[in-house]
Order: sequence, then C-alpha cells, then structure tokens
Amino acid sequence: MTTLNSKIPEGPIADKWTNYKNNINLVNPANKRGIDVIVVGTGLAGGSAAATLAELGYNVKAFCYQDSPRRAHSIAAQGGINAAKNYQGDGDSTYRLFYDTVKGGDYRSREANVYRLAEVSTNIIDQCVAQGVPFARDYGGLLDNRSFGGVQVSRTFYAKGQTGQQLLLGCYSAMSRQIGKGKIKMYNRHEMMDIVKIDGKARGIIARNLVTGEIERHSAHAVVIASGGYGNVFFLSTNAMGSNVSAGWKVHKKGAYFANPCYTQIHPTCIPQHGDQQSKLTLMSESLRNDGRIWVPGKKEDAEAIRAGKMKPIEIAEADRDYYLERRYPSFGNLVPRDVASRAAKERSDAGFGVGTNETGEAVYLDFSAAIMRYGQEQANIHGHHDASKEKIQALGTDVIEKKYGNLFQMYEKITADDPYKTAMKIYPAVHYTMGGVWVDYNLMTTIEGCYCIGEANFSDHGANRLGASALMQGLADGYFVLPYTIGDYLSNDIRTGTIPTDGPEFDAAVKDVQDKIDFFINNKGTKSVDHFHKRLGKVMWNQVGMERSEEGLKGAIAEIKQIREEFWKEVNVPGTNDSMNPELEKAGRVADFLELGELFARDALDREESCGGHFRVEYSTDEGEAMRDDKHFAYVSAWEYKGEPADAVLHKEELKYENIELKTRSYK
Amino acid sequence: MSTAKGLNLTLKVWRQKNDKDKGQMETYQVSDISTDSSFLEMMDILNEQLINEGKDPVAFDHDCREGICGSCSMYINGQAHGPSREITTCQLHMREFKDGETIYIEPWRAKAFPVIKDLVVDRGAFDRIMASGGFVSVNTSGNTQDANSIPIPKADADKAFDAATCIGCGACVASCKNSSAMLFVSAKVSQFALLPQGKVEAAERVQNMVSQMDEEGFGNCSNTGACEVECPKGISLDNIARMNREYLSASVSANKQ
Repeated sequence: MTTLNSKIPEGPIADKWTNYKNNINLVNPANKRGIDVIVVGTGLAGGSAAATLAELGYNVKAFCYQDSPRRAHSIAAQGGINAAKNYQGDGDSTYRLFYDTVKGGDYRSREANVYRLAEVSTNIIDQCVAQGVPFARDYGGLLDNRSFGGVQVSRTFYAKGQTGQQLLLGCYSAMSRQIGKGKIKMYNRHEMMDIVKIDGKARGIIARNLVTGEIERHSAHAVVIASGGYGNVFFLSTNAMGSNVSAGWKVHKKGAYFANPCYTQIHPTCIPQHGDQQSKLTLMSESLRNDGRIWVPGKKEDAEAIRAGKMKPIEIAEADRDYYLERRYPSFGNLVPRDVASRAAKERSDAGFGVGTNETGEAVYLDFSAAIMRYGQEQANIHGHHDASKEKIQALGTDVIEKKYGNLFQMYEKITADDPYKTAMKIYPAVHYTMGGVWVDYNLMTTIEGCYCIGEANFSDHGANRLGASALMQGLADGYFVLPYTIGDYLSNDIRTGTIPTDGPEFDAAVKDVQDKIDFFINNKGTKSVDHFHKRLGKVMWNQVGMERSEEGLKGAIAEIKQIREEFWKEVNVPGTNDSMNPELEKAGRVADFLELGELFARDALDREESCGGHFRVEYSTDEGEAMRDDKHFAYVSAWEYKGEPADAVLHKEELKYENIELKTRSYK
Repeated sequence: MSTAKGLNLTLKVWRQKNDKDKGQMETYQVSDISTDSSFLEMMDILNEQLINEGKDPVAFDHDCREGICGSCSMYINGQAHGPSREITTCQLHMREFKDGETIYIEPWRAKAFPVIKDLVVDRGAFDRIMASGGFVSVNTSGNTQDANSIPIPKADADKAFDAATCIGCGACVASCKNSSAMLFVSAKVSQFALLPQGKVEAAERVQNMVSQMDEEGFGNCSNTGACEVECPKGISLDNIARMNREYLSASVSANKQ
C-alpha cells in the first residue's frame, strides 16, 4: 500500500503558492517547442489549460467528443463565478472566500488547494474582462455582483443567466487563437478510449474518431484529464447527455486513485421530472434564490388539493404558507447551501406537503411575487409614481425581474408551459455536480506520473459540498493559473526525451484492448438497448444512493448494480457498425464504465459512516434532521485503488489537517 | 394528476448513411408521445423503437438539452429548430404538435455544412472562422489590469452581451436562402467591436473573419432577415449592419498589408 503524498508546500498558508512558484523548475521557450501535452475535454478547465499551455509554447493536442470545443457542458452554467474582489466593500477577502468554501464543503476539502483557489480567483475576473467577456455592469460602467448560497457577501460575477456560456466562449476564443496558429491541434468528435503508460508514466492516449470509427494513437509527455463530472451515473441529471466518467475511469483502471465518489451535489432548484419519457433534467440557477422565496402549503389538505389540480398556489393565504427555509434557517434563509436546501425540500415533500402535479407529487414552490412587488415599489419611487396602482407596481417589478432572470424564466415557461411571472415556479432537487473525482496532489497530478486531472473531474477543492458559482472558478483557476505552473515543473525533466513513438508494445496492447471491447459490443447482439441498462442503474442510484442513504439501502444497491452490470455484458444490444458514426456504440462504452463506478460509489457511501455535505446517511443525523459529521473518524479523503471488480477496490486515506480553520459543526441557522 | 396527452405521429426523417450517400426520406410511426416530452425525447423513443426492431437508429447532434450548447440542429417542418420562436430543437416540446400530425425532419442544408450522417452535419467552418480572428489577442497569464480599470457604459456592455449569446448552432445559415453566415460572424465581430478590449484589433479582425467566411463557401447576405427570425437566441440583424460598417471602415482605412 502506497502512502498518499499530497505534496502540500511548507510554510504559512498565505505564502504556500507564491513560494511554490518561486522554487519550481521552469522549461525554457525553445525546449517547450519539443514537448507535447494532451488535454482531454474542452470545458472551462480543459479549454483554459489547452489555451494557456499553447501560449506558453507547448504543442497541445486537445480532444472533445462534441463537434466543437465550444459545446462542452460548462456552457450551461447559469448563475455566475465567485471571486474575492471585494468590489462591493462588504467585507470580502481571500481568507473569507477560502473560509466559506471550506465550511461550505463541510470540512472535507484540502485547505492548501482551497486557499490557492481563493487566491487566484481575482485574476480570473481580470483575465476574462481582458478577453472581452461581457459581464454584467452597473450604470457607472463597473462590474456588478450578486449573492449565492452559503455566504454573506456579494462576490459573484455574472452575465445574466449565461455566465458559463460567456466564460466558455472566452476560453474557446483563446483556444481558437492557438488553433489558428497551429499550437493547438484540435480533435473534435474524438473520444478518449484509454491512457497509455510507458515505464509507469502517462505517455499518450488511444482515441476513437467518432465519425470514421478509426482507432488512433496519440503520444505526449503528459496527459491532462479535464472531462468533467459523472452525474450521469444517475441517468437523469442536469449534465449534458454526453457527459461521462470514461476518461477518468480509464485512468483509474490504469492506476489513478478515485476519491470520494459518493460526494454528489443534488441541486435544489431544478424543474421537476414530468414522467418516464424524460431524458434529462433542467436546472434553474441558484441566483433565483436571491429574489425567489421557497415555500410549500402549511396545511396538508391544501397540498393535496394542489396535487389534485383543485387549487392554485395564489389561492393560499400568506398565513397558510410555510417558508420552511426561512423558518428553519433564519440567518441564511433561502440562501442556505445547496445540500441543506435540497434535503429540506425532500423532507417537506416526503412529509406530504409537496406540490408536484406529476406522478411523484414531488415539488416545492419558488415564488417571485414578493420580489416583483418590492422591485416595483422601488421603481415607482424612483420615477415619482407615488400613488401607483398595484397593477402598475407589478408591471414595473416584472420588468426588473425580466432584466435579471429573463432567459431563465423563458426557459421555465418553454419546458412547463407555466408563466413564472404570474404563478410560482415548481422546483425539485436533481443531480447536478460531483465533488468526488480522480485523486490529485497539490500539483493536480494523479497517482499516475505525468497524468493530471483538473476541473470537476478531480476531487480537490469542494469537499463534500460545492458552493454555488465555485465550479466555474475552479475550472478556470486550474486551467489558466495552476496547471500551467505545476505541469512545467514536471515537464522540465522531459526536455531531452524527444517525441514519444506510438508503435511500441504499450500502444499496441492498449489498441488491442480498445478494439476487442468495440468488437464485443458490435457482435453481442443482445436483447436490450444501452439506455435500458442506464435507466435501471439510474433508478437504483437515485433511490438508494441519492439524497438519503442508509446501510441497508446501500448494501442492496451494491448487489443490484452488480447484477445489472452482469446482465449488461450478456444482453446489451448495440446496432450498426464500428466503422462509421454510431452513437449507440459510444453510449455502450460510457454506460459500461458507469456500471462499475456506480458500485464503487455506493461502496464509498457505505464506508463513510457519517453525514457530511452532499452525503447524508440517515443513521447519522440529529433529531431535527441535520447532518452529523464525525471528524474523529472520518476527516479524511477516501481514495480508491482499482483492483478489478469494484468490490475489490482498496481504500487509501489522505488525512485532512485543518491548521487555519477550526473544525466546527456547520450551522446556517 | 398530469394534463399530458399521448400523441400519435407520422415522422418523415432524412436518412443518409454518410457524406457520399445520396440520402432519402424514410417514414416512421410513433405513438403515445406525451405532450410534456421534448422533441428530442420523442426522437429517443423513435430510436429505442428502431433498435428494438433491429434497425439503425437516427443519428442527430444533441448534448445539453437546455438550449445553450448549440449542438442540436434539426430542420423541422421547413423551419430551423421547428415552429416556435427563440428556442432550439431541444427546447421544443410536443405540446406544439397535434395528434395525427405528420412531421418532416431534415438536417441543416448548406454547402458549407456537409452531412456526416442522417441529421448530423459538419459545422467545422464556424470553428475555422473563429480561428481566423474571433478573439482578443491577449495571453491568459492573468497579469492584466484590474477588471474595473476601464468602465464600460452599461448600454455597450449589454449590447455586446446580446451579440455574445450566439450559440453557433447554424440555424441562421440553414434558414438563409443564400446559406449566408453573416449573422453568426457579425455577432462575434459586434461583441468585440463594442468593447474597448476588442476595439484594438477590430479592423483586422473583421477583415480576417469575413475573408475566411467567404472561403468556406457561405453565400452572400441579401437582407431577407430569415436568420434573425429563426435564431434561437434572437441575435439582431443590427449586428450585420454593424459588421458592414466595420468592414467598410476597415477597408478604406486599410492599414492591413
């Protein structure tokens, strides 16, 4: 058993990163031209890394399964990006962002990484503005901010409800500039099928051209995995349809430890599921909780009447509404962190107060009527309409809300056919983000030498729960400002290596494995589609490994997932051929990996006998239903080593030391 | 209690094995489609049905399914992204259709967007136009000036944002009788021309991007405005006017070699 060395630099936390940068080895510009780096994934992490490494002079090969790097799912992030700029003068600082993130993560993240993240956060905003990212501005022409859950300052920068899109397009622009120069060779519609190790080091990948089916060999001096999260193990999630764990899982199978797979974020404000034909879920940005109030009927009979379609929310008197977040958590109210808000919604729905009109009855209200009146009154005052009618105030307020959240409201209306300006939105939690991922050290290197992992695909910064608007921050921090330094230190040993040949036995063996698996799928001619198995896996995950987990449920899930996996390998039916575009074949490979990950995920959840952040075990909760963390026994990162079957995976522990923040029970009351 | 209803539909879908195949329309029946389903969920159901019948499912591009990645690209009943305004195909819901209706589903059709398979086309031309100048030439070192050091009038920032919301789906090209990419290119040119950070190299950018656009085989703009109508993000024709002004002024001042 190897010991996990997180390689955290010595010294006070505020100086670690600076000292580290001052003492690493550099690669001179001429030598960079002889070094190749592969980047898998082109979202905020991969895109920013590819652009920056190419600018520095390395030869970059970037891969994405989409038809263009601009389509990576970072594009769908809505609300914003955090940075400790303190432009609002409301008491923000690097330390406070660091503190909020560690606390928000329920004290299960690595202090040094989080501090570095907070430290470089301000550079991100400067950088993006310089690239022409059109952030929201106030009338004085300066940047505007909003608030997100789990914090008491306004540090979130945004571009309406399309912040992820604007940041990703900024990244894509920077990439495009390097693609034009030939410093990035872009492989669109390519999927990484395996990693190739030579003498223990990551030296290349096997990729499949998704248009021609050709299996390609690509070599490099280092491989960067930036392939995003694995929320689609639940089948229904807010992830893109193609989002998958495969790149991370392939490196896991070749020696990279997989950390904290059970830390999953269930986002509180998503559009409820409509039925069995549903293919994915849609998020409504957390920014809506700045102005929307969450409630359910205070009387069960009202909730029943609503579910039966006999009553409308507007008919329920103010006194008969239960604003349960404001009631339970007066100091943070509707802006409690996501894990807390999600569980509270489930608690109310399970208790019979849900307002969903679908088969499940699961939904709560997110109501803007109070905000519309408040803003309307403000506008009436500004314009001197002191005797404005209620309708006039409503119209003025609607205008303000439209400017802030217009695209989100439009999205909601398109999906549900309800007008959220007139009636309360219905929302329910859904799988959104995975805090767990490939284990990395301070350098963002995995336990495979020369294989790095950045962005959502790694595990490092968010602990057991991520705060809103921090995913974009981490992706760009890793890609623009962290990896370019840390990878240089490693690559300085490779200046005399020369191009890695792709005709050696390691590449041959990897190609054969990939080819065999593809041939198997095409020739199996089973009786059930890939989706059939994916949906079954998703149901088990959601019911037993979702918002609430119990020992009994998890044990059942482990057995059930194993059984689905065995059946999958017997009965899966993949139509078509392997020499042309074949989306079913792509899905089959991804679902095969989800079926292994799912079991490890449940095992990790079973092993962690405490509740923390997104991981909630019913056995470990207070009488009031709050999570009970166990710092004495579980203040560690669970890093799993692959040994064949998920049941054989070996657990390694990275102890988490808190030197700058005191471990406390998280309270938002 | 749901108000959803089950629809029975006839689908006429473009099937084409690869870029060399001639391709043809095929007819399929689907039944009991919930009116709450999205159009692409209806396509999933069709594909599940085809797989179970031992047939090749219909290939189509899709990913985020929330109207932002720009992958989906179907021409439905003669309209890019189907009958509703300001949405992508993935945001189109079956409640827009009637029971018993026949729906025609085709790929984007443009010389610069060759069909790869069925409803999937190659939009690589857009990436190449972007690589010719769709950026601000600043390195990502983070050593730039403070983000608030240049105030930008809110109106300009908002207009730049509106232009920047283009998702690069190609509906503008597919809708245009000339297969022109002017709306796409002008949106990027405008975003940068409206911001102080982008103004520095505005003249060179517009010339390079227009020249690459022409090279890719897109047609000319004849101001019909179909692109604006079909654009899922409501990108305005004003951007084309702005690009034309930028291009003209760049050409007359021509300090480019």
